[in-house]
This record gives sequence, structure tokens and C-alpha cells, in this order.
Amino acid sequence: MSRLTRRLTGRSEEAEPQDRDEVWEAIQLARHQDRPYPLDYIDRLMTDFEEIHGDRLFSDDPALVCGIGRYHGRPVAVIGHQKGRDTNERTYRNFGMPGPEGYRKGMRLMELAEKFDLDLVTLIDTPGAYPGAGAEERGQGGAIARSMQTMLRLRPPTVAVVIGEGSSGGALALGVADRVVMLENTTYSVISPEGGSAILWRDAGKARDAAAAFKPTASNCYRWGVADAVVPEPAEGAHADADEAARLLDAYLERTLRELRRVDVGQRLARRKERFRRIGTFREGPHEGQVPLADPPADSASETSNGQPPAS
Amino acid sequence: MPPHIHISVDRLRRRRSTPPSKKPVGDGKACKACGAHFRAEELERNWGVCTTCDHHFPVSSSERITQLADGDEWRELWSELAATDPLRFTDLVPYTERVEQAEAKGVREALVVGELSVQGVPSLAAVMDFGFLGGSMGSVVGEKFARAADRCVETGRPLSVITASGGARMQEGVIALMQMAKTVVAIDDLREAAIPVVVVLAHPTTGGVWASFASMGDFTYAEPGALIAFSGPRVIEQTTREKLPPEFGLAESQLENGQVDAVVDRRELPGRIGSVLNILDRPRADIDDGAGRIARQGRERASRAAQALPKLSRRLRGRLGTGSDGGAE
Ligand SMILES: [Zn+2]
Repeated sequence: MSRLTRRLTGRSEEAEPQDRDEVWEAIQLARHQDRPYPLDYIDRLMTDFEEIHGDRLFSDDPALVCGIGRYHGRPVAVIGHQKGRDTNERTYRNFGMPGPEGYRKGMRLMELAEKFDLDLVTLIDTPGAYPGAGAEERGQGGAIARSMQTMLRLRPPTVAVVIGEGSSGGALALGVADRVVMLENTTYSVISPEGGSAILWRDAGKARDAAAAFKPTASNCYRWGVADAVVPEPAEGAHADADEAARLLDAYLERTLRELRRVDVGQRLARRKERFRRIGTFREGPHEGQVPLADPPADSASETSNGQPPAS
Repeated sequence: MPPHIHISVDRLRRRRSTPPSKKPVGDGKACKACGAHFRAEELERNWGVCTTCDHHFPVSSSERITQLADGDEWRELWSELAATDPLRFTDLVPYTERVEQAEAKGVREALVVGELSVQGVPSLAAVMDFGFLGGSMGSVVGEKFARAADRCVETGRPLSVITASGGARMQEGVIALMQMAKTVVAIDDLREAAIPVVVVLAHPTTGGVWASFASMGDFTYAEPGALIAFSGPRVIEQTTREKLPPEFGLAESQLENGQVDAVVDRRELPGRIGSVLNILDRPRADIDDGAGRIARQGRERASRAAQALPKLSRRLRGRLGTGSDGGAE
């Protein structure tokens, strides 16, 4: 039996019954204004951080922070969606919604990571890519697609961490990694509840219904094979204790990067592809309902002991 | 067939602001762009393009395949793949009901893939159908696209893609989102195997489809008037309070923005796709039996072309192994 099947059966009782209020609470926690953002984690986990700016084509995009630093003595590259904490900064950071410039800056950093064989860590926290006319004219769709492809092809180890809300292609653009993990009180979804509500319910006021339908919590994403592990947060949540949240993330991240380094680069690239190639659920042939979610890649069987069990 | 495919901004403005002035008569319909009347079979004969103003109407995946394939050479693959309901999703209607209703219309899924021949090039095609849940990309679309890419890599055959999609299928939640990454994996496999990929963007190509495989072709054509965007005009206007011009995101604007290679009239698409495939298709002697046959065909085609060339191309003729077995790559 695959790990996923175990997830679907063995853990179904604790993970499944999430009612409207519970999911809505998870959404609010993931968006809590006191949650640590990428620069907060970088401050606590890294030394000598240097940020790059600009995509060399159009402009800089403050919605994405991209830079290099030292992590447990090793140089690493980090890309993160940076929301602002007060009104001024939120406006400056565009609420963590990147345009194509942001993703192209990210690809600049990925190429730098490739050149110097730096581990890449992405910190995902966005309501989505920026929906603006200028962003469209400058190729928002293609930038997201190419960001995914660039990440897929990187030779160094890569870990994507959802640290807040991961919504839509704007999040996934930074999510095509060897390991995808979610902090305990985070969400990962095809669209924000507000966006889903407007489109599917044709009523912007049905965000709670949309949230309950998408069920985008970390524990569900783990069950679906979208997240490889759920990293615990402090008892009161990451917003209550950034230091402890960073320490808990550090414990997972340091060990995972070390383990990924031990895998031969060719295998790592093949498994990364395989990880995303297998995600999906469909029926095939005359039998109904027989093929559940695809199996996770063989090597990730060892992952259960690395990652923490999902929150109940 | 009119070679002139440019749609002026004036015409687009007219189209958006002026509703059809006349009602359909008899079994005919009126073009929503120019108001001209036509019969259904007349429109179909003209590939779903208005005979008066060249407006491109939506067409189903089966019509697309008829238009694209040489003769009757079409073999659909993996048509038995069908959607499941991993989230037990209900919005205004349960997802399972939406799927059943869509299937009842005779379309299998939002993506149809198969083997065919385009302008003499044996190849695969992946054609989206907007009629099936707005062409949305769920697990079945992702899996079919990935399998089609696998088949291309195995056989060395090129891939033609025609998109028409509102984006990721929301009813499959984050699993649908992940299909974007899955199709990018497939595109990257095709890149490594040097398989040509020609993408045609039909109306509309938006959201997660535009932000994944649809924007990753070696060549990207768009049909006149097709909306091509990551975020649609309504979402942008609601979020940013920007007032968008009527031509926003349309194929002609996206050509100016540098997002597509050409705007191509539907009736000229097979020729244009075939031209790219014929230029990029190259001999492959080193794959397997099926591919060997294709490689031979390709070699023969190429050597015929080489023989017709003047002296300068003797080097090419040698490399292509004209008259012997050895020279192919
Ligand atoms: Zn017309």
C-alpha cells in the first residue's frame, strides 16, 4: 500500500471532518497579520543576507524578496512572497502579489543558484499573482510557466515552504521543488476563497462556502499528496511566536536539505519531475472509482519519518 | 479564402458595443459580430468562421480535429479517462453532476488527444474543448497531456496543441492547480527530446492553462479575437478598478505585446502548423520500430527536398543519407 493510501485511510478520521468554521479559521490564521514573512525567517535563520533587485528587463518587484545568504554555514538562495505589515508597506509590496517582473527576478536568482550550486528555498505566501493590465501585457502567464520550468530544471536541491496562504499559479510558480512542505496553519489552493466565491457562486460574499469546499488546509494537502510534510507551529500559532516558528522550520529545513544533497543530481531531477507527473485523480476503464490519487514517488516513502504528522 | 486576417480595433469596438441588430431567420443564425445571416451548415463548411466578417465562432474538439487532420487519419487515445471528485465538491451544483451533464453532451473531457497526420507529418494533437466545463484543466486534462507528451517522446513525433480554456478546474481544488506543474513537466520532457510543439491559442485561453503549457510552445499562434490572459478583464477591473480598453488581452493586442508569434485565421492553421512541423521534423533512425518508419518517411521527404536543391546543399544531402542507409542522425 502506498503512503498516500495510508494517508487516505488511516488518517481520514482526524483529517477529514473539517467543517466550515474550522476551515475558515485556518484561512484567517494563514493570513494573520502578525505571521512571520520571508524577511522574518531570513533574519532568524540566515547570516550575511544580500538581496538582488530587478529583472533587468523592466523593473524591480518588491512583492518578491530574492537573495543569497548563509544557512548553517552553507550559501543558499531564497525567494519569498513578501506581504507588507502596515498600510504603507503593503502598498509597496503590492500585498505579496508579484507581476512578471517578480517571477523574472526569481528566475535570475535561480540561475545564480544553478551557477554556484546553491540550495534553493522558496517561501510561499500570496493571495495570487497580480491581476493587472500591465502584468498581462508583460507576460504574466508565460512568466509563471517559465518560473515553474526553471525551478524544475535546477540542479541543486530545492525546498518550497508554504508559510501563509498559497493561492493560484502565483504561488505554484515558486512551488515546483524536490520537497513541498506546509507550515501547520497554512493553506494551498487553486484560488483564494474570495476569488472562488465570485466565480463559482457568482457572489463575492460566499467566501466561507468556497473555503469549506476547497478545504485547502495543510493536513488535507498532505493527504492529497500536494504537501510532502506539515511542519508544526508553536502552540499558539506562528503569529504568536516568530522565534519558535523559525526554530521549528529550521529543524525540518536543515535536515531535508542535507538529505537531498546526498541524492545523486540526476536522480534528484528525475524524482522531482516524477513527483509532479504523478499528481492527479481520475477513473480509467470501465471500473468506476478505482484509481485514487496517484502514488507518491518511491523515494518519498522515507519522508514520513522526516516530516511531522499533519495537524489534527 | 481571404488572406487578410487583421481585425482593426474599430471593428473590435463595434463588436463589443453593438449587439446583433437582426434576429435569426429560419434555421439560420446571425453573426454576433456583424449581424449577417447564415445557415448552420454554411458556417460549418467555412470552419466556424463568419463568411461576411471573418468572426471566429467557437468550435468543438471534434470539428477541430476534422479541420487539422489529413483525411481520416485520427486515432483518439485514452478517451476512457474520466474525472473523479476528490474534494466531494459542491458549489451551486455538485461537481459530479456537472461532469455528468458535460459528458451527456457527447464530449469526453476538456482535452482530447490522439494520433494523426498534419500536412503529411505523422504527429500527435492535444485539443481542448471549451464545451466541457469551460475547457477547465483538471486531473484528466493533465494526465492526457502528459501521456500525449510521453507518446511523442517514445515515437519522436511532434505535438500540436489547441487550447480553449478558462483555466484550472476549481472543483478539483489544489489538485487541479498541480496539473499546471504536471503539464510543465511534460513540456520539459518534450524539450529534452527535441520534439516540436506548436500551440494554437483559441478563444479563450486564460488562467492556469495560459500560465502553463499554453505559453510554452516552440511556436505560438493565436486565432483572431481570442482572449489570452492570466487574469480575465472582469477580475482585473474588479480588483484594480482599472478601466480596460475593449481590445484588452485579445490575440491582436497580445501579438503587439510580444506574447504570440502570429495571429492566424483558422482556415490557414493546418498549413501554418504543417509548415513549422515540416521545417523542424527531422530524421530519427535511432528510436524504435514505429519511429523508424517515421524516420524513414522523414528522411525520404528530406532527401526529396535535398535533391531538388542546388549544389550548395550537397553537404545536407550527404548528411541526410540520400540513396543509402548510413547518413541519418
Ligand atoms: Zn460576421
